[in-house]
Amino acid sequence: MLDTTALESFPSLISHGINVAGEISAPPSFQLPNSNDFDGFVKETIQMVKPAKGTTTLAFIFKEGVMVAADSRASMGGYISSHSVKKIIEINPYMLGTMAGGAADCQFWHRNLGIKCRLHELANKRRISVTGASKLLANILYSYRGMGLSVGTMIAGWDETGPGLYYVDSEGGRLKGNRFSVGSGSPYAYGVLDSGYKYDMSVEEASELARRAIYHATFRDGASGGVASVYYVGPTGWKKLSGDDVGELHYHYNPVTPSTVEQEMVEAAGP
Amino acid sequence: MTKQHANWSPYDNNGGSCVAIAGSDYCVIAADTRMSTGYNILTRDYSKISHLAEKCVMASSGFQADVKALQKVLSARHLTYQHQHNKQMSCPAMAQLLSNTLYYKRFFPYYSFNVLGGLDSEGKGCVFTYDAVGSYERVGYSSQGSGSTLIMPFLDNQLKSPSPLLLPAQDAVTPLSEAEAVDLVKTVFASATERDIYTGDKVEIVILNAGGIHREFMDLRKD
Repeated sequence: MLDTTALESFPSLISHGINVAGEISAPPSFQLPNSNDFDGFVKETIQMVKPAKGTTTLAFIFKEGVMVAADSRASMGGYISSHSVKKIIEINPYMLGTMAGGAADCQFWHRNLGIKCRLHELANKRRISVTGASKLLANILYSYRGMGLSVGTMIAGWDETGPGLYYVDSEGGRLKGNRFSVGSGSPYAYGVLDSGYKYDMSVEEASELARRAIYHATFRDGASGGVASVYYVGPTGWKKLSGDDVGELHYHYNPVTPSTVEQEMVEAAGP
Repeated sequence: MTKQHANWSPYDNNGGSCVAIAGSDYCVIAADTRMSTGYNILTRDYSKISHLAEKCVMASSGFQADVKALQKVLSARHLTYQHQHNKQMSCPAMAQLLSNTLYYKRFFPYYSFNVLGGLDSEGKGCVFTYDAVGSYERVGYSSQGSGSTLIMPFLDNQLKSPSPLLLPAQDAVTPLSEAEAVDLVKTVFASATERDIYTGDKVEIVILNAGGIHREFMDLRKD
């Protein structure tokens, strides 16, 4: 059944007598349109809200923990609606989620996941595991399967068993793994990531690999760009390591050397 | 037997553009006052701006019936908040409330493209930009609506504020003075009016600063 914990109860719009003294009796529910053709309506709604699918996000486990990186471009068709979207969502101080697909869907359900994780902590007097958190999210998304949510996320964290990384999507899929990349730029990111990956990397090497992978994806994929953010999740929680504009990274990786002719002319002009 | 598709849509687009710019101690929120449907102008004098809380103003373009409903819901929730907490909602709090309100109608959305502007708890200008289903981010400036594709590149050129994602963090608010920002907004609407048929008539400009709220109007082309 649908997960409705995120919703408040809405009092019935038809007042039952004079009994409207703040009494909320209706069960919580998402309002649905009174349409004969729900499928068609949902399809048109999706077209209207047109979630941002263009993105590059990646995460991988290595010796020291988990490295998470993402770009920051949001595109609506061919228009770049934002170049500063936070695609790495801080669920709690030791767990991160990445955003790919519908921005609102990812933001809302990650926030809901954070709330559920906190409730778990309060109820059980211990932190929730990455396995548990990813399962909570996967179950919610499964219950909304077919209704048009678009979420392709990775849950990365550090719990009692060490570093954890799961891929969860709105089709209801949930995969445990060591290396993932999600989004339209993921093929390019995988190319760089897979060829440079070693389990025994230091934090600096791993962050540089993550940054390069995002940079190369933004270079070749039109739907990715903006700022490449890199986060590290270690035993004490997550820490943002860097946020670099990919335009500037391009010239950092490909420095412009003046050609010989220009240099001669500069020397000829002289002091 | 093929499915019958609805020949009536609950939505309409009334056009219009909205802009908001955040400064170091002020915030400018503006929207044109033209309301249209198809090629017809319904009125030249419709306010798309709503004063939600003392330091929080929302401008919305899109389907104005949904906008009005949204404004009413937020206003009612704000009243409840004031009764429960004995204070006004801060702009970042209202920003999250708007996001959740929009997402609660994820499967039958408010056709409303919003821009929220105000002052945060430190008195600095803040602008939040939304999509129709509630994803939001805090930015230094934003525009929404039919003229946004014309306005945004111009604002990017004039105001290009460093991304809030950069590390080390750099301030997002514009270094412009209040008068310069208002002038920029007037220029922006004049340009958008030239090339967007749904933008024009008048622009309503609201300025929020420590001294309170100030509203002014400027005429735009009526064609």
